[in-house]
Amino acid sequence: MDIATFVQIFESTLRLATPLLFACLAGLFSERAGIFDIGLEGKLLVAAFFSASIAYVTGSAWLGLAAGIGASVVFSLIHGVASITFRGNQLISGVAINFLAAGMTVVVAQSWFQQGGRTPPLVGDARFDRLSLPFANALHDVPVVGQIYGQILNQHSILVYFGLLCVPLTWWVLYRTRFGLRLRAVGENPAAVDTAGISVVRLRYAAIVIAGVLCGIGGAYLSTALAAGFVKDMSAGRGYIALAALIFAKWRPWHALGAVLLFGMLEAIANRWPNLDLGIITLPNQFMTALPYILTVVILAGFVGKAIPPRAGGEPYVKER
Amino acid sequence: MKTMPKWADVLLVPLISLVIAFALSALVILAIGEDPVRAMELMVTGSLGSTYGWGYTLYYTTNFLLTGLAVSIAFQAKLFNIGGEGQAMIGGLGVALVCLFIPWPNWWLAMIAAILASALFGAMWAAIPAWLQAKAGSHIVITTIMFNFIAASLMNYLLSHVLRPTTSMDPATARFDNVLRLPRLHDILGLVGIDFSRSGPANIMLFVALAFCVLAYVLLWRTRLGFEIRAFGQSEAAAHYAGISSFKIIMVAMLISGALAGTMAVNSVMGGPQRLVMNAVEGAGFIGIAVALMGRSHPIGIIAPALLFGFLFQGGSELAIETSIPRDMIVIIQALVIMFTGALDNMVRRPLELLFLALRRRA
Repeated sequence: MDIATFVQIFESTLRLATPLLFACLAGLFSERAGIFDIGLEGKLLVAAFFSASIAYVTGSAWLGLAAGIGASVVFSLIHGVASITFRGNQLISGVAINFLAAGMTVVVAQSWFQQGGRTPPLVGDARFDRLSLPFANALHDVPVVGQIYGQILNQHSILVYFGLLCVPLTWWVLYRTRFGLRLRAVGENPAAVDTAGISVVRLRYAAIVIAGVLCGIGGAYLSTALAAGFVKDMSAGRGYIALAALIFAKWRPWHALGAVLLFGMLEAIANRWPNLDLGIITLPNQFMTALPYILTVVILAGFVGKAIPPRAGGEPYVKER
Repeated sequence: MKTMPKWADVLLVPLISLVIAFALSALVILAIGEDPVRAMELMVTGSLGSTYGWGYTLYYTTNFLLTGLAVSIAFQAKLFNIGGEGQAMIGGLGVALVCLFIPWPNWWLAMIAAILASALFGAMWAAIPAWLQAKAGSHIVITTIMFNFIAASLMNYLLSHVLRPTTSMDPATARFDNVLRLPRLHDILGLVGIDFSRSGPANIMLFVALAFCVLAYVLLWRTRLGFEIRAFGQSEAAAHYAGISSFKIIMVAMLISGALAGTMAVNSVMGGPQRLVMNAVEGAGFIGIAVALMGRSHPIGIIAPALLFGFLFQGGSELAIETSIPRDMIVIIQALVIMFTGALDNMVRRPLELLFLALRRRA
């Protein structure tokens, strides 16, 4: 294996980790506020579909992005109505949202485009272009810096850089703002927040709307940047991998970045070498596909530290009277 | 405080939820430019209008009875087993191994062995998430989701590398011996002189599944273990105080649940294509969630919803042939049923409760 292969792997790691990152941060906001979000997968999917179809119709990737965010936020609000307003079971609501997205995207796609549940391929401005970072060419031949800056970090869509920016942003919002403090508190002890005169319902709605926006960007990235158009079930379990990454990261933003990069790299390796020959044994690519889930189970088993979710997660809040 | 009579709780609330779900589905069909009335007619004739249709409807019903039962038993212990899909996949592995590698003299010995093997495999697949919940307190929903994906990868590997006959390109096992063909409704009903279509795959497993429903009812409401499971589901603290071991209940409930999900494969592998194919479960593990929610997790109560989903599944296939409405339409209906009978239960229940309160005050 030479340096060029490594560079390629890291480059595609970053590309494949981006949708996971958006979904993972979405889950982070939601779960830190005490709302379990199994529906990340469905929101990614519905956003991928609506951004691809609007981008196709209008020819603008940006309008597509807005449509994707809108669709994802609508799904978030459905989850909110079910789990916050009507105090329903958050897990069941999430499951329903995933199926709703899986069914609806195909039915609507078939009705709009008659191509068996896909959108026509996107070309030109309907996709997010790859950006060239400043000085990337000049630095290309400098060792190490050239490879990292000029090749691994260069030539991605703008959404990849925005995703990376979201990590410190999330950290700052959660740990350095009043809103973030309240958000974290409402996930641990909503009664205390309520006693302080702050609306639990409003905070939780705010959290899931943020989650909707982030999932929307992640979904738009899937269909208008990573791929060129929507195909049936294109989220392919990424919402669940993001959920796994969230547990892996123990609900912390910087660790979430680490976790999604790890899982992104597993996907990149599985794509590059369908059968990974390690000398002693050959790992089939099905093993690499399953590895994120296996690692998460290992984490959950408590072999590597303990993953403790926000304490009030999954519990609808009922005001005392 | 009981505000509603029991019949309203078990019948009226799910029915209203169902009506809302169907009305919304009709709107979706209207929105994509099709006629919902005609769609309904097509579904009814396609699934219930002939013994051919019934043969498929009841075949799917059998799947949903078993997965619905699996989810219900776990629900009774307040455990949400999303892993029915994976447990049924691994159950299918058990069926295939038993059918491929043991030369059975007749179908019924093979069926009993296949039921036992699939139950064992399914239970095994549920055991690790159950153990993690009972010992490490990690959430069963997350772990069973993870195990669904691990099962899918494992089956993908086994079918494309290990169990596939060398002469075939198709990622599936060889066809089972014809001796192992399960008697279908055509054969069974023929004995009493009823003429039933030969091609529908509904088979003897339908009666086995119904028997399991009765057995599960007896287990839950007529035995000590069943009482312990329900007590644990109602209040973990009270159950603990009564000396019921939470470890035992979590393990037992999940093992039974996994075993039932596993046995679904006897129907869908041995009774259907008679070989193990990729994606043999076809989402039945998830439909079990909708069935259990509608049936209020009652082993007898799930029979009607299982039949309903059998009808939707077969009707949906017919719909996809006759109109431009894709088969995925039933996934939307399934999602709406889960949403309204599960998560938005309070939305339907509250107005009804107020109504009954008002009626009572007047009386």
